[in-house]
Amino acid sequence: MSRRLFIAYFKDEQDIVEATKAAGAAGHEILDAYTPYAVHGLDKAMGLKPSRLPWVCLIFGLLGATAKLWFQVWTSAFNWPVNIGGKPLASIPAFVPVTFEITVLFAGLGTVGAFFLVSRLRPGRKPAVSYDRATNDRFVLVLVERDASFDLQKTTDLFKRHGCVKVEERLEAEE
Amino acid sequence: MSDHTSILRSPLILGNKSYSDVTEDVALPLDRSPGKEWWMAFAVSSSMLFLGLAAVTYQVMTGIGTWGLNNTVGWAFDITNFVFWIGIGHAGTLISAILFLFRQKWRTSVNRSAEAMTIFAVICAGIFPIIHMGRPWLAFWVVPYPNLRGPLWVNFRSPLVWDMFAIGTYFTISLVFWFVGLIPDLATLRDRTASNIKKKFYGLLSLGWDGSNRTWLRYETVYLLLAGLATPLVVSVHTIVSWDFATSVIPGWHTTIFPPYFVAGAVFSGFAMVLTLMIIARTVLHFEEYITLHHIESMGKIIIATGGMVALAYLTELFVAMYSGNEYERFAFINRMFGPYAWAYWIMVSCNVLSPQLLWLKKVRTNVTLVFLLSLAINVGMWFERFVIITISLTRDYLPASWDVYAPTLIEIATLIGSFGLFLTLFLLFTRILPMIAIGEVKGVLSYGRASHEAPKAEGRYVSAAHERVPGGVR
Repeated sequence: MSRRLFIAYFKDEQDIVEATKAAGAAGHEILDAYTPYAVHGLDKAMGLKPSRLPWVCLIFGLLGATAKLWFQVWTSAFNWPVNIGGKPLASIPAFVPVTFEITVLFAGLGTVGAFFLVSRLRPGRKPAVSYDRATNDRFVLVLVERDASFDLQKTTDLFKRHGCVKVEERLEAEE
Repeated sequence: MSDHTSILRSPLILGNKSYSDVTEDVALPLDRSPGKEWWMAFAVSSSMLFLGLAAVTYQVMTGIGTWGLNNTVGWAFDITNFVFWIGIGHAGTLISAILFLFRQKWRTSVNRSAEAMTIFAVICAGIFPIIHMGRPWLAFWVVPYPNLRGPLWVNFRSPLVWDMFAIGTYFTISLVFWFVGLIPDLATLRDRTASNIKKKFYGLLSLGWDGSNRTWLRYETVYLLLAGLATPLVVSVHTIVSWDFATSVIPGWHTTIFPPYFVAGAVFSGFAMVLTLMIIARTVLHFEEYITLHHIESMGKIIIATGGMVALAYLTELFVAMYSGNEYERFAFINRMFGPYAWAYWIMVSCNVLSPQLLWLKKVRTNVTLVFLLSLAINVGMWFERFVIITISLTRDYLPASWDVYAPTLIEIATLIGSFGLFLTLFLLFTRILPMIAIGEVKGVLSYGRASHEAPKAEGRYVSAAHERVPGGVR
């Protein structure tokens, strides 16, 4: 099973945002957009939901905080209690700084790890797709030509009205 | 085109760049072979580094008896350097995280190199406590790990242990933040380079980034989260460093003002170092259109603000010493101002309190040479601040019979020079291997200050593809 993709290239950010909105309104299925930088408003135009990564961050942060606080109490008061200057063995206020640091460490590494995982970024991976100059100065919108009702000419005209500089069709083997 | 610029805001990036101009400009220093200036700078910095390596090797083999420490003064040059370098790092995180949260768009031109500076400064800082241990091969003992001595754990009530965790986390998170920011730019370089080796190198590091907007959305979320995490982190790091001193009972150390005082001082010194490096980089690498006078002016204003906080802290310290009625505390400050090390105190005051006041004048703020000289003065002044706090307080504490003086040995001075060598060598290598300016972020602010209907001019430097201009395109 393969699908046909319709690819439109734009030269600047307002054009692709407007074109994406128009494509959405015309009922096209937007596969993705490829841009040299994060274009604000494009996610809304594409109808993308906000990322759930903040939850990952929260969970890892809480995990780090709990684990480290437990570890400090366990080592200082249970596993090998040492009386230092007569201070209480489980001196919770003194455990706050390290707990904070480990919270930040866990939250940060967990969030980035989850980001790499869901975005399938890993060392040595080749880019899944490559569009001409998409990491330099072109804003690329990719549509899926869903069925026979897809009208190439009409879609091309729609995008040209929005300042599209080049269109292209590609056949893609579906994963 | 200049008559089209907005009357409300001046552009952040000068020269009416197109998107591909940005790519090419930033990548240019990575493509051409390094010039004579770079090799000269590299020769100097690596010589300094080798001097430092020789000094460190000697003192590790012989012991830290090679230093000028004595029974009274147990912390001096080495810890001064440690606090100095950690402070330098703080400006990088401030620019990358705090200014990001405040939506200060001018940060995009300087954040990459400021973050690099943070990482290199933390590396320099980390070396000093490790050398200070005397037996650096046992440095892993500061990490709590299951061992055969009990297991005997580290003392989690000790600020020195907090410090290890703070600096470890700070280094890791700064590195991750920096790397995440680099990924899209590395992909840009991967896609434009012709060299096979570079393509492999940038391809490996860019993790297969393709610019998908779904990834961009998550990327922006992650960036925001990391900025939110790094902001309290950076405050915590110098706070904890200051607790190394404040939790002890030495007059001149034992004060509650230390955490905010140290954090303000850290940002102050860090911005001075950013200015020093940026002014050299923009001149040598010709980035004047990216790192503009506006950037230098903005950083000058931050220096006035943080310098004001530092000055307020100096005055507060003096006032509290006088008002507390504690004779040891009072003596500590009289000794700082008029004792045997008075020269160090007055260098500190003139460099940190008096010299930044010149930046109130716009003429000074926009004069690159003057700002450069002032930034050097502040670097010197902030080094002396740490020396004044750490060393002078120790030389004369409670019992006059135990008073002593301290002077650094040549070995200690060589180690300080070596740390500057390491810092500069790493920075020079960075300017050759990685993009010094955040390409993607600069593209995002390119239209800033230009009239809204006028997008960045589209024609790049390289020949455009076959069916470029579509006739009849309505804008």
